[in-house]
Amino acid sequence: MATGTGTGASSAGLARATSGGRVERGAEPPFEEKLRLFNEVKADLRFSDYLYGCYECGICVAVCPSARFYDFSPRRIAQAVAREDVELVYEQMNGEVWECSQCFSCLVCPRKNNPGGIITIMREVAVKNGLHSAKEALEGYSRIIYKIMSTGTQVSPDMIRPDAFPDWGPTAKETADNLEVWRRAMPPDTMHTTSSSWEVDDKTLTELYLIWHLTGVLDMIKTLDESLHMILVDVMEEKLEEAGYPLSG
Amino acid sequence: MPIPINIPVKGPAAPTKKGEFRRTPDDAPEDLKAKMLELEAKGEWIVQRVPEPYVEVQTKYGKPKKIPLQHTWHHKSCGQCGHIPGYSTSIFWLHRKLGLEYNDPRDQTSCTAWNYYASATSNSAAQAGVAMRNFAAAYETGYFPQIHCATSYGHYKEVRSELIHHKELRDQVREILKKMGKPLVIPEEIVHYSEWVYAVRHEIAKRQVLDLSQITVTVHPACHYYKLVSEDAIYDPDVYGGQRTAIVTGVVEALGAKVADYSTWFDCCGFGFRHILVQRDFTRSFAVQRKIEVMRDEANPDVTLTHDTGCVTTLDKSQFAAQAHKGVTAAIPVLSEAQFAALAMGAHPYRVCQLHWHSADYHPLLEKMGIDWRERWREFEDDLERLKKDPGAVMTWDDADAAPTQAFGAGTRPHPAHLAHGGR
Repeated sequence: MATGTGTGASSAGLARATSGGRVERGAEPPFEEKLRLFNEVKADLRFSDYLYGCYECGICVAVCPSARFYDFSPRRIAQAVAREDVELVYEQMNGEVWECSQCFSCLVCPRKNNPGGIITIMREVAVKNGLHSAKEALEGYSRIIYKIMSTGTQVSPDMIRPDAFPDWGPTAKETADNLEVWRRAMPPDTMHTTSSSWEVDDKTLTELYLIWHLTGVLDMIKTLDESLHMILVDVMEEKLEEAGYPLSG
Repeated sequence: MPIPINIPVKGPAAPTKKGEFRRTPDDAPEDLKAKMLELEAKGEWIVQRVPEPYVEVQTKYGKPKKIPLQHTWHHKSCGQCGHIPGYSTSIFWLHRKLGLEYNDPRDQTSCTAWNYYASATSNSAAQAGVAMRNFAAAYETGYFPQIHCATSYGHYKEVRSELIHHKELRDQVREILKKMGKPLVIPEEIVHYSEWVYAVRHEIAKRQVLDLSQITVTVHPACHYYKLVSEDAIYDPDVYGGQRTAIVTGVVEALGAKVADYSTWFDCCGFGFRHILVQRDFTRSFAVQRKIEVMRDEANPDVTLTHDTGCVTTLDKSQFAAQAHKGVTAAIPVLSEAQFAALAMGAHPYRVCQLHWHSADYHPLLEKMGIDWRERWREFEDDLERLKKDPGAVMTWDDADAAPTQAFGAGTRPHPAHLAHGGR
């Protein structure tokens, strides 16, 4: 198989945001660009541990929750990648990979494939390269990324708002209305917090920021959401500099 | 002429009784523990040993696993602490009541795997960095990690496997930790809190103050507990013939409640990671149609118990919309087995188990368990009033234990098994 020349994340076929913030699909990229993305999936160090071929037995589909509700099939993903069907893999990265529940029920595969794991890698490549599907699937998700990356905990108590979780019933409103006193009314002294799930030391947070910084995660966020990237960099750079961690290199 | 082939063929397996199901260590995937120790011998990392005392339990392929009883470093769950905090509080309370020492650290971040499985806005190096930073923080305290969330547990097992198999990843993460002044440390066992509850289930049963023999329970085993790196999960030949993980079911049986089966036990809860946050129509539909309605039709339980953050969240929170939409009135309360065990031992349903954070109606369950929830809520409202008057005040463990267990409702009955164990 030929190696893709690569045109980078800014090439055609990727997403762009409209002035209203809605994500629009760009033009279809050339085959070489799709091949570059496919090769990026294959280059992930986990790839060889996740795919060994496919019996086409369908067990993964039978146990898959997403297959029951969407036009989604872990078998199609495994087969497309195993057959190196570059066009189909590109199509899947631009849509159905985001329907996977990441429950890993598909690990029942008798061939020891890990379709859920392949999908994790495909999603990562979609995010890193700013594909339309990633921006669309993660619309409305920025506040979660901000929370986990900046506080070290994900769904903090102050995120349980009736407007965000109306389908959770009256407890969402009761929780929001009584949040501060309910948080003080629990015995562990680490949990009297509202903006994070527990009290995280400053030094601990700085070490987390260093991990994001050194592993290129902030660059991934930039591709996905430039405004969020700017906010996170502001939050993190000051802490990292205060702690004496060099930010270059 | 036939071409000779040299394929090693194992002899026939030992005969099994009709209907008997058996796994053997020979069926197991590679021995990761041996590889961890080999890497330690080469100076690649430190393997943090399980402290004594520990209980040995049996895993899927018959290998033993050490579950430390105390001196544990509690890797909390962001979802549990954030919106179902009685889950975490009950785990701590059980340790305290059993007199087992633990560390509840501030030098801990979430595993960040919920976000990773939802959005993929991370990568293997960052995820391994987060895991190993937390493990190093535990090691520095001398305490051994006990992980509250099944997704953290499953993801950390994935990370362990990746680190064992990929030297370049180990080198990268070691360099990151070096900048923090931390060593590269991997725990000898990756231990989930529910394994600890399972290991101490008979000690809990000895201290039980409620009769649960009339309580029917359905169990939802958490996908990330037993499907991800499955060989680490606890199995018991006496529980479902060793064909399903024994983890929560074993606890329910020890507490004397009835376990009721249902056909979709293998299905996930519908959490979906991304879906629970930004595409909840899928989550609600799956949770209700494939889990809650099937449980109700086939088992009619008083409660469903599970052992993971996402599962409690999904199964509990998804019922309101379905009830509103379909006019269904009967909810199935959803608790962790830690909350259920704590209630059985006399924990306060609000001060300790924090049930007011749950959505599905749990009051009929408490009544059937013999807990006077109205009186307990009145006590808790008094607590809240006191806290409102003093903005600097917080509830303490002493406050939580202030309610004597004998005060738990007129219907409270000692468990027959407890009487049988009396004095032991």
